[in-house]
Amino acid sequence: MTTVLFSYFAGMIVLTAAGVVASRKPVNSALSLLVMFFHVAGLFVLLDAEFIAAVQIIVYAGAILVLYLFVVMLLNLRGEESYHTQYLVGLTIGLAILIEAVLVVSRSGFADRVPSDPAPAASLAGNTEGIGRALYTTYLFPFEVASMILLLAMIGAIILAKKGMFDR
Amino acid sequence: MTTDALIPLLPFAAFVVIGLGDLFGRGFGSRAHWIAVPAAFGSLLFSLIAFGSVLSGGPHDLPLYTWAVSGSFRASIGIHIDALTAVMLLLVTIVSALVHLYSVGYMRGDRGYARFFAYLGLFTFSMLMLVTASNLLQLYVFWEAVGLCSYLLIAHWYERPAAAAAATKAFLVNRVGDFGFALGIFLVFRLVGSLDYDRVFAELPKHAGEVITVAGFDVQAVTLVALLLFMGAVGKSAQLPLHVWLPDAMEGPTPISALIHAATMVTAGVFMIARLIPIFSLSAAAMSVVAATGAATALFAATIALTQNDIKRVVAYSTVSQLGYMVMACGLGASTAGIFHLLTHGAFKALLFLGCGSVIHALAGEQDLRKMGGLKSRLPVTYWTFYIGALALAGIPPLAGFFSKDEILVRAFLSGGAGILFWGVGVATAFLTAFYIFRLIYAVFHGASRLDPKTAASVHESPPVMTVPLVVLAVLSVTVGWAGLPIQGLNGIEAVLGPLLSPGGSSEPVSGQASLLLPLMGISVAAALSGWMTARYFYLTRPELPERLATRAPALYRLSLNKWYFDELYDRVIVRPTRRLADRLWRTVDVHTIDEAVNGVGRETLAGARILRLIQSGQLQHYALVMMVGTFVILTVYLIVQ
Amino acid sequence: MVPLSYYVMLSTVVFLIGVVGVLIRRNIIVLLLSIELMLNAANINFVAFSHYLRNLNGQVFVFFVLTVAAAEVVVGLAIIIALYRGKATVQIENINLMKG
Repeated sequence: MTTVLFSYFAGMIVLTAAGVVASRKPVNSALSLLVMFFHVAGLFVLLDAEFIAAVQIIVYAGAILVLYLFVVMLLNLRGEESYHTQYLVGLTIGLAILIEAVLVVSRSGFADRVPSDPAPAASLAGNTEGIGRALYTTYLFPFEVASMILLLAMIGAIILAKKGMFDR
Repeated sequence: MTTDALIPLLPFAAFVVIGLGDLFGRGFGSRAHWIAVPAAFGSLLFSLIAFGSVLSGGPHDLPLYTWAVSGSFRASIGIHIDALTAVMLLLVTIVSALVHLYSVGYMRGDRGYARFFAYLGLFTFSMLMLVTASNLLQLYVFWEAVGLCSYLLIAHWYERPAAAAAATKAFLVNRVGDFGFALGIFLVFRLVGSLDYDRVFAELPKHAGEVITVAGFDVQAVTLVALLLFMGAVGKSAQLPLHVWLPDAMEGPTPISALIHAATMVTAGVFMIARLIPIFSLSAAAMSVVAATGAATALFAATIALTQNDIKRVVAYSTVSQLGYMVMACGLGASTAGIFHLLTHGAFKALLFLGCGSVIHALAGEQDLRKMGGLKSRLPVTYWTFYIGALALAGIPPLAGFFSKDEILVRAFLSGGAGILFWGVGVATAFLTAFYIFRLIYAVFHGASRLDPKTAASVHESPPVMTVPLVVLAVLSVTVGWAGLPIQGLNGIEAVLGPLLSPGGSSEPVSGQASLLLPLMGISVAAALSGWMTARYFYLTRPELPERLATRAPALYRLSLNKWYFDELYDRVIVRPTRRLADRLWRTVDVHTIDEAVNGVGRETLAGARILRLIQSGQLQHYALVMMVGTFVILTVYLIVQ
Repeated sequence: MVPLSYYVMLSTVVFLIGVVGVLIRRNIIVLLLSIELMLNAANINFVAFSHYLRNLNGQVFVFFVLTVAAAEVVVGLAIIIALYRGKATVQIENINLMKG
């Protein structure tokens, strides 16, 4: 069962990712990305990470993508005519690295050290609770720092985008 | 004696003071002689004192400064005065002092007046240090120094291209000789391990049988040394074939011609041979070469002097010829006679040159004797002193030149073997000498005046500051010869110099062979008188004769007038090929290789930079691509290594 | 069960698609979207390993990645808006003042 679901999710993710990169219109790219986000969330659920899946949808699909669409609409962008002149080189490099990555992964000893039978979800005492516990104890400091990052990003964005700031 | 140090140091101090005056401040200008002349006379005074002291008490030795210490090699600069040095000191200081005095009048108004006296002081210093050397190093250093001063003084009027060229020629030709000289010194050091005269004289005979292989030829070591050292003398004393610089050196002011190119610097070569006679006498072959060169030079230069029209050139070639006599004497083992002639020659040749200078000064620069004549009444003092100088040069008794020249001729005759040949050359040259010098006198002072009307108006006798030295030198020309009378007991020169220069009794006291002496004397006097009378005939009685003779034998005439085409030969064979080679080297090596390399570095750097600049395209995606390529490479390496 | 290597391969493929997108697209917005792709690929990797190693650290890290991604998007878009005001273009090749 999981294999089937995995295949579906993986396939869709790859297709939509290609769609992001290949679409002529920016709006299409954004929407393609949206679909990808949903399928990634699905993949996360498959991996017993329900909280992360939820956060993925809320933050990525609900906030970040919306922001992108705002900007696209704001700037009233048309589609572009062609790819960059180096697209052949880029594709070749991508392919080359892909082959190499396959080789690396196949050579590494993943299979030996990782049990292919993961423990059932119950031993994790609920994903949300687990993450919450970890965040507020072991990772407290990074958590606070993360909130600082968000604060700074907000301030930065306001200043950068404010009209009249850099118009000289 | 420490006052000995003042002998060279006074003129050096004059040089420094005048030089510094020019460097800082307005310089001494026309007052420079107040410093130079007293210094010169002071030097003379101390030389006289030293002379007297050495004659009575023996040699002086005053080391001043240890210059080089390297392993077992020590060389010091010092003042060593023995009999030979003492007479040389007298010669140099007397002529230098008189020339200093003379120059006050001759160089008056010259733009480089102070510079002239400064260099005069430097020259006098160098020459004095040369003759007081006690080792080959000091000798060589000051040998070069006098060459330098000669260069500086010949080119005193440096804006004149002829003067600059003559100075360069003098320096370069001397360099050729000095090259051999240096090699000789190196060889001495290699054989003996020291350059001090005493040690060299003591040790070199031990190498008498040694043979050195040079370029496949086996040469006696001592012969090689002597010949190499002789090369220096050939250059400095203007012997064949390095004589070409001396006539050109007449471009310099006449007092310089008198001091440097008659009495002192050119005699340094002869002095060197005499000083190093213990080395030379080790090799009979070298001595023959020396004697032959001297004889050939004497005759050769006399033939050229016959036809020259510039009065200074006549006297210059005469100098070359007389130097040949001295060199020949040394080569025949009679260096005492050679030095004796050096002394007398210093007196009368300086006199002749200063006399020429007086004539030139009176005629406002004219030097061509075809434009002179009838000056004897207008320039009386000059005339009489010049006449005395001419008599001395020709070797008419009882003037100085007779005794010294005769001494050389007699020794030549008595030296056996080819000695008669040398004697014959000497006699022939004496004839020619008398001829050309009286030709000069008759052309310049006698007969009808051929002067340019403008110059004729301003002809005047020279001021006393110039005529007094002339008179002094005339007196010396008469009296100095009496120091070497060939009569036993009265031969001062022999007494003083004999023990030094002819060790081992190789100088048979000539005074003992009276039977041969008088006829030989008679022959030399006859040669001189006939030369004189011939000149009288040609130039006074039948003045049209020279022209007729010249047209009858044009080739000979031209050969003599053009100095046997030596300069042209050297130009064709040496100067031009060297110039071409230098030009080619400059072009290929300097311009095309070195400059190209240097410029090439710059050019390539710029080209490289131009290429590298393309990497900074400003395009974000180019940078990203490069990063990805880098990742690819890293992965590849990882895969390969694994 | 799905082996771990499948997840890793998936993550790699998505990441490389994102890289190619960065190299190829001329529109800045799409460029940023491609960067989001790459971040997501990393997230997939983290969660997969967290699951298979039975360790929550991976998921905590995803949390932070998300935070940073959000911050980055915000600031990036603000810059784009500022750029657009100045140059009226979002073609990346025209933003080349650093050339040379």
